[in-house]
Amino acid sequence: MQLNHRMRLPEAKKYVADKLKVSTFDLSDSTVMRNLREELDIGCVEAIPGLAKGLAAKARIADLLDIKIACVEKLKEKMP
Amino acid sequence: MSKIWTRMGDGSAIELTPDELRQEIVAGSEDAADKGQIPALDENEIDKLVEIFSAPWRVIGVEPGHEVPLTKDETACTLVSSQLSSGAHLQISREDAVEVFERVFAFDTMELGWIDYSFKPAKPMVSLDQVAVERLLSTTIFPMLYGAMPNMGLYYTPDGPFTNPADLLPLMKMDEARAEEMNAAELCMEDMIYVCKRFDEIGADGIDFDTTASAGDADFWATLKTVEELKKTTDLGIEVGMSGEFILGMHGEVEYNGKRLAGMFPHQQLKVVEEAGADIFGPVCNTKTNKAAAWNTARAVTFVKEVCKQATIPIHVNVGMGVGGVPMFETPPIDAVTRASVAMVEVAKVDGL
Repeated sequence: MQLNHRMRLPEAKKYVADKLKVSTFDLSDSTVMRNLREELDIGCVEAIPGLAKGLAAKARIADLLDIKIACVEKLKEKMP
Repeated sequence: MSKIWTRMGDGSAIELTPDELRQEIVAGSEDAADKGQIPALDENEIDKLVEIFSAPWRVIGVEPGHEVPLTKDETACTLVSSQLSSGAHLQISREDAVEVFERVFAFDTMELGWIDYSFKPAKPMVSLDQVAVERLLSTTIFPMLYGAMPNMGLYYTPDGPFTNPADLLPLMKMDEARAEEMNAAELCMEDMIYVCKRFDEIGADGIDFDTTASAGDADFWATLKTVEELKKTTDLGIEVGMSGEFILGMHGEVEYNGKRLAGMFPHQQLKVVEEAGADIFGPVCNTKTNKAAAWNTARAVTFVKEVCKQATIPIHVNVGMGVGGVPMFETPPIDAVTRASVAMVEVAKVDGL
């Protein structure tokens, strides 16, 4: 949100928190976010079999946050 | 009264009384205010810095909920390169290093850069770096940037094609020196645009211009013109990180949108970086090794607080070896690093580090 939408930090945190339906405080709570990331299937630090990783996780994040991520768009261009 | 254990700007340990600590903080802030013609820190902010530097714990952190994201320059080299990049020389690839930063060090963003971290030497290797970034975009989740330094000095003899202004100035060849600077700036800009567009082609998230203006005002001009072009023609996010708190007037008359670049302090640099279209600005304030870490941090926070007050884009201040209040020592002491970082978040109100 900062790098591609020039959002200052409070605005960026609020945007993401609203989309994820958590508080801005929760965004930095590793317990809350670890569980939420697994539930939303958007990638975790640990290598969990079957969970989205790398580009697959980013495609899901782009949908959740309603943003375009350049490499996800490149992947779509490669799809038949 | 008990003494406070702290650091000098070279990393060596010192002890200060509470009064001495406060005096260092006030003096550091006043120095920035005087040089930048900006407000000094107020009493509440001074009190906060005294609290930060008086904390008895070795490592400190921000208040819960005040966490900020991190961007990083020349990242992979920290693990892969030798001492020339303060590197550990691990026998892993740069791509491995980036993945370690994501899944072991829990960084928020990362960049890949050529091992010789300037756009000029990176240019011939760009197709290799393209595939490296392309692969990392598939295997990582965090935003992935490409980074390099404009480092315009590489375009002068004996490394580059243009006569070194440092050789012309002692001969009083002012016009020739200025002409060579602008020749170098034009070629530097061409190379940067060429390299950056290759990363737009493969879907990189952004570009980090690191150590901008290290060769002075013409170097800064080349970067601003490059950013302007990239924002018109690509989808790349752009971070502009600076090399110093003051733009050196190596040319002296270079302007961007009617503003003279030489002599600009961070809050003035911000304005032209915003005009060029950058998304994130990384101000730098240099550390004085013969002053206390508290003096340096107060001085840097005063400069950066004014930047944050005037900014319309996110501010990721440089808080590393020799900048942002951190001692100039290759393995910066963590007590000083965490205090400078907390001060930047809690007092200057930065958007990231």
